[in-house]
Amino acid sequence: MDVLKKVPVREQEPQVRAKNFEEVCLGYNAEEAVSEANRCINCKNARCIQGCPVAINIPEFIHEVKEGNFAEAAKVIGQSSALPAVCGRVCPQESQCEGRCIRGIKGEPVSIGKLERFVADWAREHHIDTAQPGSSNGKKVAVIGSGPAGLTCAGDLAKAGYEVTIFEALHEPGGVLVYGIPEFRLPKEDVVKPEIENVKKLGVRIETNVIIGKSITIDQLFDEEGYDAVFIGSGAGLPKFMGIPGENANGVFSANEYLTRSNLMKAFDDSYDTPIVAGKKVAVVGGGNVAMDAARTALRLGAEVHIVYRRSEEELPARVEEVHHAKEEGIIFDLLTNPVEILTDENGWVKGMTCIRMELGEPDESGRRRPVPVEGSEFTLDLDTVIMSLGTSPNPLISSTTKGLDVNKYRCIVAQEESGQTSREGVFAGGDAVTGAATVILAMGAGKAAAKGIDEYLSNKS
Amino acid sequence: MKTDTARKNVVGFSEQIGRMEESMYKILKSEVLANNIYLFDVEAPRIAKSCLPGQFVIVKMDEKGERIPLTICDYVRDQGTITIVFQTVGASTMRMAELKAGDSFQDVTGPLGVPSELTTDPLEEVREKKFLFVAGGVGTAPVYPQVKWLHEHGVEADVIVGAKTKDLVILEEQMRSVAGNLYITTDDGSYGRSGMVTDTIKYLVEELGKKYDVCVAIGPMIMMKFTALLTKSLNIPTIVSLNPIMVDGTGMCGACRVTVGEEVKFACVDGPEFDGALVNFDEAMKRQQMYKTEEGRAVLRLQEGPTHHGGCGHCNA
Repeated sequence: MDVLKKVPVREQEPQVRAKNFEEVCLGYNAEEAVSEANRCINCKNARCIQGCPVAINIPEFIHEVKEGNFAEAAKVIGQSSALPAVCGRVCPQESQCEGRCIRGIKGEPVSIGKLERFVADWAREHHIDTAQPGSSNGKKVAVIGSGPAGLTCAGDLAKAGYEVTIFEALHEPGGVLVYGIPEFRLPKEDVVKPEIENVKKLGVRIETNVIIGKSITIDQLFDEEGYDAVFIGSGAGLPKFMGIPGENANGVFSANEYLTRSNLMKAFDDSYDTPIVAGKKVAVVGGGNVAMDAARTALRLGAEVHIVYRRSEEELPARVEEVHHAKEEGIIFDLLTNPVEILTDENGWVKGMTCIRMELGEPDESGRRRPVPVEGSEFTLDLDTVIMSLGTSPNPLISSTTKGLDVNKYRCIVAQEESGQTSREGVFAGGDAVTGAATVILAMGAGKAAAKGIDEYLSNKS
Repeated sequence: MKTDTARKNVVGFSEQIGRMEESMYKILKSEVLANNIYLFDVEAPRIAKSCLPGQFVIVKMDEKGERIPLTICDYVRDQGTITIVFQTVGASTMRMAELKAGDSFQDVTGPLGVPSELTTDPLEEVREKKFLFVAGGVGTAPVYPQVKWLHEHGVEADVIVGAKTKDLVILEEQMRSVAGNLYITTDDGSYGRSGMVTDTIKYLVEELGKKYDVCVAIGPMIMMKFTALLTKSLNIPTIVSLNPIMVDGTGMCGACRVTVGEEVKFACVDGPEFDGALVNFDEAMKRQQMYKTEEGRAVLRLQEGPTHHGGCGHCNA
């Protein structure tokens, strides 16, 4: 075995998985996990922990894996993270824990993500209960949104003895884990649901179908329902469009709509009522993780799929692993290409998209080289479906109905990083609602910080 | 006595909420209003407590059902119930039609959308206005709570209810009890006046010389289009309520986008009511067809005859 390299992880063959919605990565078995764990040199000053937004004691859990004590390993992770089976799958480890790993200097870093996933899956399959509810302190906290930020914040507060209710706008808890990330990356029944159940085991109540700002306001939560503090983890759900001609044609969707139909409403499964336009030739505009998810979903529904992205491969914001998987499955990348107009037929359906070639100029404020159109390079792609994946911004339903809650020019809620405290007393916020669209684990980190902030606030208050 | 009732209601509300966790959203009454048009009273205390006329809910009958936006036809705050009316148009609504009193919806969420302006504008301004409501077919359901709200605030409005034929006139008695004047018109002349709603508008304005400050038109898209065109020529500002395709209803998916003037709006959070003179109805009608497959159209033809919803009078065009 080459100690400089990760133990390879088994995956479904690209040609096979391109036609199903089963999970792509199959994960380590016990033997592979122990063997990978043995690559960890158990640094005293573990840099990986500093790279983890929720500061999991990584060397300690890996040490337990080495010894074959998988249940102990699960408990170590459980002290810091409520959603390990999720994080082991969707965290960008390469830029966090694994990015700091000493092993990575000379070879490949320890495969911390895959080990975390193994431990979490093993613990679930062996019914290891890591939930340790705290004794009640009689104080009530409302958590808005049941995505990664809300679940983490609620879990930590419940452990500290608070009576926590999560309010979820959709009919199913989980937020982006349920409506956004597809089944083939994050199985819902087997992975997401049990992790949410674990949070409930801590005593957290989840009330679905409640839209804060519509069904009830934050002021009413304080005044009429007796909550002592509120955490806003409502995410960034508003899709952006380009504003080009033809964008309201039939067959043009936001990635949010396309993914929600497939993931939350299970439109990919014929036994569900919700329809989805499968498309024969689909363009996904954008280059982030959501674009890859939409593209790979359309591919699995039987389409030829193009990613249309205005910069080059180097600037693709998606994780390298996602781009690699997409390419393996046969997604076509039309890079340095930008849509100009969507063309429609006489019934208002998409029939094509005029694009222009781009080249990279000087770096812009994001530090990436600015794409500049090449004059006269317009060409037409024949298509029947276009999916816009240009990013999302926070929903104003809460900020517009809560007096004294400051937002910035991007409509993100202004909150202190270390405590989640907003401009309103007793109201805390974190995750995409504060930062704009980011990652699951950063939202979890913010939920954790806010739980601490809320605990300090309520402890000092009484 | 009054305090007692009030306190009882507060306890009632938390009891209602508590009950929701186990029993979902129970149907207390179901009624067939007309062929393919159904009315349900549903237990939904949070919605009943906070909704206003013009808003809507999204219902999902079971695990496999679609999320379906439906306007709120009525509500009883202290009983925690709302009334919804729907027409069978697709697989999920056809399955919904089989639900009976005692059954439950798995999910009902809301209230969604912005309440009608007339409920949020200063009352003294509203009381000075002369309102004309134009309801087409199943659009009678969302018109009713607005007329009722005005009636309860001392404003008597004129209401036109249009339907394809006598059997498709719904909520007539309820509407009569809250409307100032009620004018019923059927396309085939089988009940009330004969002809389309636009004929009755012309009759009221041109022959009876009535003057209106606001028209609210709700019904099939094509009815709203022609009503808005007519009222524009008559200089009556007109509000329409759109019911486009939606998934979440909270601004997340953008399926309901509609062009109003020069701007793209999301009907779920910016609407559902818009200035009828500015709505691009042709685009909105095309977008409504998005999921109507040939097979789906065949089902509709079989069940409803050659028209889409019935009742608007323009369907045969």
